[in-house]
Amino acid sequence: MAIEGDLVQMGAYVGAGLACTGMGGAAVGVGHVVGNYLSGALRNPAAAAGQTATMFIGIAFAEALGIFSFLVALLLMFAV
Amino acid sequence: MATEDGGSGLNIHPMDQFLVKPLFGNDGTISMFTVTNVTLWLAIAVGCVVALMVLGTRGRAIVPSRSQSIAEVIYGFVHKMVEDIAGKEGLKYFPYIFTLFIFILVANVIGLLPTSFTTTSHIAVTATMAIAVFLVVTVLGFVKNGASFLSLFWISSAPLVLRPILALIEVISYFVRPVSHSIRLAGNMMAGHAVIKVFAGFAVVYWIAPASIVAITAIYALETLVVCIQAYVFTILTCVYLNDALHPHH
Repeated sequence: MAIEGDLVQMGAYVGAGLACTGMGGAAVGVGHVVGNYLSGALRNPAAAAGQTATMFIGIAFAEALGIFSFLVALLLMFAV
Repeated sequence: MATEDGGSGLNIHPMDQFLVKPLFGNDGTISMFTVTNVTLWLAIAVGCVVALMVLGTRGRAIVPSRSQSIAEVIYGFVHKMVEDIAGKEGLKYFPYIFTLFIFILVANVIGLLPTSFTTTSHIAVTATMAIAVFLVVTVLGFVKNGASFLSLFWISSAPLVLRPILALIEVISYFVRPVSHSIRLAGNMMAGHAVIKVFAGFAVVYWIAPASIVAITAIYALETLVVCIQAYVFTILTCVYLNDALHPHH
């Protein structure tokens, strides 16, 4: 069976889809950060309020790596 | 992108809402000074910020009016955030950080209005702010600390063998800061609005329509949370970067 159309374009689209699986890793990471924050906060609720900023910074750093995979997907879709 | 227009009736174009269009003239060309819908909604966001922060607090009442108390709550929130993360020295740069926060927050919230345009969903808009933050923080670090700002990359608490490797990683992570800083905001805005649009596209099929409306409502509520959190995250990261510039020694 012959494949019609641009094979390179197809590869780029498949690659963009595969790159998006990296965002799943970021989801696991963010969930881990928040879950651990919550379990710590329930053990010591008095200290919880002071650590929310740290939690958000942790979320942002974990999310950054998912953003890189999103960036790769965007590059494959629109730049390559 | 696939652009087939089948006769099925289910034509979902979730990304069409992000198209930049010139407001005046119909030849569709965009040059550097063309007034586009992005320009319009950026101006509306600035106008809303001015209305809230200048006109809303004009009374300076002891018992604040509604708009004044909103402005005071936001002001106090950001002030505390800068002080907690960047320390007392960071308060000098509070006006810049507060400007970033209030602008991003208002632009995000305005973008949630139906038929409006989300300016912060464009990497061009967020990257401008992120690169500005990056340049400000880098210049500030060198001005405040001189060459010892480079000790940010040379972690003296690590074993000597590991330090060159860690320095390389630190330098790379320093230079990808504006990338992740800008794409985090733009990506979150774009993804959220595209999801709403996809569910809106499903509403044309009559037996899915009720579920679609429920889903849009739920995701809209989630997006309302997300726009505030993303403005907060952008600002808190700016504070973290500022803290690195002011106190580079680990």
